[in-house]
Amino acid sequence: MAKYDSLLDALGDTPLVGLPRLSPSGDVRLWAKLEDRNPTGSIKDRPALAMVEAAERDGRLTPGCTILEPTSGNTGISLAMAAKLKGYDLVCVMPENTSEERRQLLEAYGARIIYSPAAGGSNQAVATAKGIAAENPSWVMLYQYGNPANAGAHYATTGPEILRDLPTVTHFVAGLGTTGTLVGVGRYLREQKPDVQIIAAEPRYGELVYGLRNLDEGFVPELYDPEVLTGRFSVGSHDALRRTRELLENEGIFAGISTGAILHAALAAAEKAAGAGERADIVFIVADAGWKYLSTGAYGGSLDEAAAKLDGHLWA
Amino acid sequence: MAVSVSIPTILRTHTGGEKNVPADGGTLLEVIDNLESNHPGLKARLVKDGVLHRFVNVYVNDEDVRFSGGLEAAVADGANVTILPAVAGG
Repeated sequence: MAKYDSLLDALGDTPLVGLPRLSPSGDVRLWAKLEDRNPTGSIKDRPALAMVEAAERDGRLTPGCTILEPTSGNTGISLAMAAKLKGYDLVCVMPENTSEERRQLLEAYGARIIYSPAAGGSNQAVATAKGIAAENPSWVMLYQYGNPANAGAHYATTGPEILRDLPTVTHFVAGLGTTGTLVGVGRYLREQKPDVQIIAAEPRYGELVYGLRNLDEGFVPELYDPEVLTGRFSVGSHDALRRTRELLENEGIFAGISTGAILHAALAAAEKAAGAGERADIVFIVADAGWKYLSTGAYGGSLDEAAAKLDGHLWA
Repeated sequence: MAVSVSIPTILRTHTGGEKNVPADGGTLLEVIDNLESNHPGLKARLVKDGVLHRFVNVYVNDEDVRFSGGLEAAVADGANVTILPAVAGG
């Protein structure tokens, strides 16, 4: 069906497309789930809408409320759209080292942005948001890192869509941020297919982002459940950019940089399966398209130059 | 088994500011013990009660060791070992 009563109703049910050129063989195949085909162009529309609707059901969110959220961008953009349509105000706490396009989109949707310092990355945004929440008790922080509706959205929608479209799925690969996608889809697929492999691709940033004062300031999202995962890769900006460009060059898919990191981990899994002579259907997430990253120089010039420009930026 | 270990900013007080240091060992624990002999105090920052510190992630050739045996994870000759603090994404 392609007719919907409103934009919010058009969420999810995204295409799953094969990658005939990047797949190693007919027995080991890669499949891209195009989450950029959601209302605001990213996978975050699913958890954002689910968290808003859960808070409405609980009575935490009532008309005219202000929503507060720490976000490096996509969750904020999704929430901004939902808030606009449902009549809430939105305040986003965002690290200052994110792309210009994210700021412009948030402002276009009418969100207010409070910047947190670049040093410390999203950790600092979380800490800043918690401080602001304490000072503004009437504001509602949905808190994507610990909100069960985040993983719940993927358990209820993303996971079932994948199994419906590809019952032979053997691997699922996604980015590790809030951990909501991996934990939600992973739990669902594991229940249906106990042998499925659930693989995380985690962005590895420049040193600025890891600038904690001490190790105890480290952060593991409350949603994280390592039992669901079977592997976890750390992917640097050079590899992420290289794969982002390969995806465009070979398969015509114009994806954001975090998708390059996810493809890098998916290809590692594909290589392992091919080497072991095993059949594999590897689903990976295209988290968003490349539009929001054009200003970073990710798609042109040498890889080394592009990676150097990204150093210190949050690209996932 | 010679490996290269990447040390995060926060732990470089133990390595005299060095970002990459060499070490020996066939498992992660052996590598960490070898690091400790050259850079005293480092092990206590990485290992708590016999397991990796909750907010420390260690990768051998970019794969998180928690999914390949933890401290007993095999480390091949020439491997790159990366130590990073756990930080938020999203």
